[in-house]
Amino acid sequence: MSLVRAVGVRKRFGGTEVLRGVDLEVAQGQVVCLLGPSGAGKSTFLRCVNHLETIDEGRIWVDGQPVGFVERGGKLHELRERDVARQRRGIGMVFQRFNLFPHRTALENVVEGPVRVLGEPKREAAGRARALLERVGLAEKADAYPHQLSGGQQQRVAIARALAMRPKLMLFDEPTSALDPELVGEVLEVMVDLAREGMTMIVVTHEIGFARQVADEVVFLVDGAVVESGPPARVLENPREQRTRQFLSKVL
Amino acid sequence: MAGDELAVVPLRHWGRWVGGAVILALLGALGYALAGAKIDYAAVPGFFTHDIMLRGLLNTVVLAVVAQLGAIVLGVGIALLRRSANPVARWFAAGYVWLFRGLPVLLQILLWFNLALVFENISIPLLFQEKTNVLITAFVAALLGLGLNESAYMAEIVRAGLNSVDHGQVEAAKAIGMTPATTLRRVVLPQAMRVIIPPTGNNFINMLKGTSMASVIGFLELVHAANNIASRNLQIMETLLAAAAWYMVVVSVASVGQHFLERAYGKGVAR
Repeated sequence: MSLVRAVGVRKRFGGTEVLRGVDLEVAQGQVVCLLGPSGAGKSTFLRCVNHLETIDEGRIWVDGQPVGFVERGGKLHELRERDVARQRRGIGMVFQRFNLFPHRTALENVVEGPVRVLGEPKREAAGRARALLERVGLAEKADAYPHQLSGGQQQRVAIARALAMRPKLMLFDEPTSALDPELVGEVLEVMVDLAREGMTMIVVTHEIGFARQVADEVVFLVDGAVVESGPPARVLENPREQRTRQFLSKVL
Repeated sequence: MAGDELAVVPLRHWGRWVGGAVILALLGALGYALAGAKIDYAAVPGFFTHDIMLRGLLNTVVLAVVAQLGAIVLGVGIALLRRSANPVARWFAAGYVWLFRGLPVLLQILLWFNLALVFENISIPLLFQEKTNVLITAFVAALLGLGLNESAYMAEIVRAGLNSVDHGQVEAAKAIGMTPATTLRRVVLPQAMRVIIPPTGNNFINMLKGTSMASVIGFLELVHAANNIASRNLQIMETLLAAAAWYMVVVSVASVGQHFLERAYGKGVAR
């Protein structure tokens, strides 16, 4: 069974339709990269998966649960924000601009979710947080505040913060787009490791190299619709669609 | 070559010397005038530590602190209503600020103090009943007048603080499964504090001095205490100066407190 299933997802902002019927399936342990020109709706779609955006039509299921709803008596009931928060626990998200909590140290950022949301004892959470920071190569930065860290380091803390919730799915929204070129590698490295360990990931990215190396499937979105999808070897080397070819010729 | 260097003549700021001299001269004249004034300075320390003055001091501080704390709590509530998804709540919050910010504090204090003229009893059905003139003492009237007025200002300060927090912070909190209440308490408010504290400290200093308006309804704060003492010995200036000295002490303490609060909430901000 697929971990994520999206059917006919539509989303409009005011008069513009940003998503025009997107279908997507992500199996357990799979890495799917969303590619496409800016404004194609990649980030919007990703934000719909954990209900940061409400979709207008269609349905998204994560782990069999309809996102933002609960099925009861043959009807879908819209969830309260508090219950949506419960659904989001199992879905980690990494943002383009990191969004670390600036008033808390790296360690406190990672501890926050487990303690405040999962109710873990502080000591246990701190121990796990240290292990996670070590895993992203930042053990010695545990007590640094975000503004004392480079962009790449901040993004790695953000990944550790998401992982601390023991997510079954990770969403990456252009995780390297705000980084200086020399810092992109260290973040991608962490993501590659994560993929190898079998994490299910949906990644919006412009890093074609990363997609080629890690993705099980790449999906091309243009103007809010899927134009082409398939294994990276085929789609990236041998695109069938004119629009895919156009895009790839610009970024490669 | 060191040996060839010409002597350097620094620019002389004659204007600054003249300006400084004028200021010092004026201050000297003021000091001279005050020294020669018919003020019995030796009596001031006695009034400063006078029993009634100290009771006035305590009442001033208690009134200001309780009114300010109440105003902060109410202000946060009104600011949240102002940002609510419920249009009726937003409308109510805007009206609240419009009303309590719009009326002079002195007038509000007088309105509360005279409430018994229009409502003989105040009751919550089945729970509580009391005569209005028993319930609304001078302290309560002053507290309501000062606190409600201040709460309208606090609502605006808190709203500005909440608006100053980047929306990405809320999204990050949501993404780790935080509920809206936890997000507000753990993520948004602590960051908003940086924006909220300086104007709040400013307002609290205003509040400390604003308590003097409670003297008109007979509440024994510093100004009323000074008048009270002066009515016996007619040393009006001397007692007022003693009260003035206490205001300066209290305001100075508040300023220092604000400095430390700002430092505590400035964590994690690059300077």
